[in-house]
Amino acid sequence: MKVTIDSEKCQGHGRCFSLAPTLFDSDDLGQGVVIGDGTVPPDLEDAARLAEQNCPEYAITITE
Amino acid sequence: MSENTTPVSDFATDFDHTDPAWVKDPYPIWDELRERCPVAHTERYGGAWLPTRHADVSAIAHDTEHFTSRTVVMGNGRPGDDALPAPIGVAPPITSDPPFHAQARRLMQPAFAPKQIDLLEPFTRELCARLLDPFVGKDAIDAGEDYAEHIPTLVIAKMLGFPEEDEELFREFVHVILEGIDAPMEERIEAFAPIEEYFTARIEEHMANPQDDLTSYLLNAELGGQPLEPQHIFGTMVLLIVAGIDTTWSAIGSSIWHLAQHPEEVARLKADPALLPVAIEEFLRAYAPVTMARLVKEDVDFNGCPMKVDDWILLSFPSANRDPEFFEDADKVIIDRAVNRHAAFGLGIHRCLGSNLARMEMRVALEEFLARFDTFSLADPDAVTWSQGQVRGPRHLPIALG
Repeated sequence: MKVTIDSEKCQGHGRCFSLAPTLFDSDDLGQGVVIGDGTVPPDLEDAARLAEQNCPEYAITITE
Repeated sequence: MSENTTPVSDFATDFDHTDPAWVKDPYPIWDELRERCPVAHTERYGGAWLPTRHADVSAIAHDTEHFTSRTVVMGNGRPGDDALPAPIGVAPPITSDPPFHAQARRLMQPAFAPKQIDLLEPFTRELCARLLDPFVGKDAIDAGEDYAEHIPTLVIAKMLGFPEEDEELFREFVHVILEGIDAPMEERIEAFAPIEEYFTARIEEHMANPQDDLTSYLLNAELGGQPLEPQHIFGTMVLLIVAGIDTTWSAIGSSIWHLAQHPEEVARLKADPALLPVAIEEFLRAYAPVTMARLVKEDVDFNGCPMKVDDWILLSFPSANRDPEFFEDADKVIIDRAVNRHAAFGLGIHRCLGSNLARMEMRVALEEFLARFDTFSLADPDAVTWSQGQVRGPRHLPIALG
């Protein structure tokens, strides 16, 4: 599983880095960014889905 | 509601967000409109539309081509030339449109990014302790007047480098700007003079003695190699005071109001503190304090509604958050709601700049409140009063302790 953030859609609501801080971080402007290359370890797949489901701007995509 | 206006007969064709029924309990009104309307209209305020469904609120919030933010507080009459033209508006970046908006916003974003906000947590926690400690062992507190109203006020004062002793003034300013919307225009202009005077004095002090605060930051900031226009600095400072105070004050108040009626949830949060951030998102969804306004930029047909240039749009994020088509059990407050794509901080490019600050203040305020009081309840449900206008929250909130 892999996560990506569409930076055009992200408005910095911060739900992703609050819900899954090992997968997402915030940049200096407070926008969401993916940590590393976005590969999700198996034990964090639920956290990744939760982040995707809580983004108000539908900016997160999960690819299996 | 002003003396000259008549009570609302039908919210679908004659809505007024200052009507006493709306101020007391707007949710049944929105629920009904969502079913049968779903975009209400009124001739009041010079003509305004009210989308109530999440899909419509989201569509308008994302459409900066047909809807301008050049004023975001609905006032009496069509603003016409009274409002500064796009793209800057009176209080950038909230009143700015693209492309200027992105520059004005980018300037402020670093100060409100999570890592900067984290630095304010110890101050906020001490402040909450200072406010609550005198009530430990007592049997009553007004969670609005003794607690919630002071927290964001004193935190934003610290950020701007304004004296704590002036906090009463800041709330007065916010009241003039947000709640005095139905006062005659001459009265509003007169009421605005002390605000201008106060901010000018703070700006002059900071010019003489720069500090490590947001006021000095704005005075030193540049856009395109040029210092900011004085009107831009003043407008942004007013925005920070207005947007930074009664919004979070309302959110903290509504959360305590809710918990005071649900002792089982208080017990659960005390047993499982990790649940609090999840519960806070649900309080934000269910009791979203902030409604924004837009103006129609050019005549447009919106889902069959003939919107005319300069018509107001009352953009109800709180109603979007209660839309059963978007949320399961939208009318229920579920403190462990796992999937919660709420719009309390807005949607689109104007997402609340201070959302990280608001969340930190809510969490610390509730943690400190829960840590001191084992059980608490509404002392008199009918004595709770709610603010009027586009920011909704309890103002007088008497709580019985123990």
